[in-house]
Amino acid sequence: MSAWLSHHSYALALALKRLVRTPFSSLLSIAVIGIALSLPAGGYMLLGNLQTFSGHISGAPQLSLFLALDAGQDEAAQIGSRLKQHPQVASFQFIPKDSALQQLKQGSSLADVVDSLAQNPLPDAFVINAKNTTPEALESLRAEMQKWPKAEYVQLDSTWARRLDALLSLGQLAVLMLAALLSFALVTVTFNTIRLQILTRRDEIEVSKLIGATNGFIRRPFLYFGAIQGMAGGVAAWLIIALGIYLINGALADLALLYAFDFRLHHLSSEDSMSLLLFSTWLGWLGAWLSVASHLWQIEPR
Amino acid sequence: MINFSNVSKRYPNSYDALKNITFTVETGEMVFITGHSGAGKSTLLKLIAAIERPTSGSIIVNGQNIGTLKGTAISILRRNLGLVFQDQKILFDRSVFDNVLLPLQISGFDLKAAAGRVRAALDKVGLLDKEKARPITLSGGEQQRLCIARAVVNRPSILIADEPTGNLDTDYARDIMDMFRSFHQVGVTVLIATHDAELLGGAQQRILTLDHGKLAA
Repeated sequence: MSAWLSHHSYALALALKRLVRTPFSSLLSIAVIGIALSLPAGGYMLLGNLQTFSGHISGAPQLSLFLALDAGQDEAAQIGSRLKQHPQVASFQFIPKDSALQQLKQGSSLADVVDSLAQNPLPDAFVINAKNTTPEALESLRAEMQKWPKAEYVQLDSTWARRLDALLSLGQLAVLMLAALLSFALVTVTFNTIRLQILTRRDEIEVSKLIGATNGFIRRPFLYFGAIQGMAGGVAAWLIIALGIYLINGALADLALLYAFDFRLHHLSSEDSMSLLLFSTWLGWLGAWLSVASHLWQIEPR
Repeated sequence: MINFSNVSKRYPNSYDALKNITFTVETGEMVFITGHSGAGKSTLLKLIAAIERPTSGSIIVNGQNIGTLKGTAISILRRNLGLVFQDQKILFDRSVFDNVLLPLQISGFDLKAAAGRVRAALDKVGLLDKEKARPITLSGGEQQRLCIARAVVNRPSILIADEPTGNLDTDYARDIMDMFRSFHQVGVTVLIATHDAELLGGAQQRILTLDHGKLAA
């Protein structure tokens, strides 16, 4: 146990020493890893922000049922009672055509135009909140109501939110592909760093093996080095994103003043930040492992 | 302790370095291996440390058949041997102290216990005042003593040295040989390969002579 501990603390200390001994190249590698990781992680952060944004403004999706223009009060009442009995309807509100016209008059600068109309062009309407708000349930409810007598048109108000969702999942796919490509690049960065280290430490490795070092003993400092470098790269990526958010939020504040809306970018959640660090650490470790596995046999003592 | 039976070693596309070697070295014995250069002295020592594998025959060290050892078992075997290499293999990127520390780090000693052992080993070879020095600043004889300190710091039961006096003048060489004798006197089994017949002059120890890969009677 104490041998195990001292082996690992030795490897960790050695890895740190090597990292510090070549500060310039270490910083460069960490910066490369950080920049490469900040692209997909930053994209992921933006998507997350857009998602909460779209969630805020669409709210609970509603259905609007417009009656035919020639529908009378009896037909409107009939539809009202159908809605009352429908198991999928949580609540609904009837908006008669007269009050809709009044609303239009008050709420817009079209008052003069409205006054000049010979007759009311607006239909009676119902605004319906469904119990089940999944897109599929809403869509089947919409199709069912569309077939009711005197129902001219049923509109799903969340359509545009769903389009945005579809766009966002497309964005997610793009971020995922970017992440996969750049992860591969990161593994090669660590692979090459470790390859150079192994080649410059040929003598040390050879002597160590000759006096009884196991392959694990030789491998360990390199693996620690790769993991530490990867983790530092993850921290760098996190800081780059934080800086980006700080700058963008400054610009957004001006925009928010002009357009009177409140929207600020938020950094990755603590879970996501932790995942980013773990993932970059793992990538560094993987690159080091591949490098050690493919180069160590070249310096087996003969 | 060390037993060779009918051991041969042929290098690929080359001559037979060793032919049908059989001998036994008892615990605590001190044995010199001599012969012209190319007679197979180095190969014989490398076989004991599993740096080379025999083409045929079996080698038993401390009850283990060396020819069949793999991976970690080889590493553990080497930790129980003290090896002084013909080409020294000193690491010039670190201090004398750190060179001697390396075998203990490999065995997993914690630093405090290790430091005491390193100083004890350096004291035995008379380099205690040079522990912070860079190996490049040491004289040839001092470098050789550094190699011996590194070989004995693990307190091995078997000490193996390949041409330890190779390029030293006679006084230094005698110094080094006395050092090996003192290890022998405290019970360590010692094997030394040398072509330097002069050093064997007054020696009481057993001598194995190799001639073109064969053991001369």
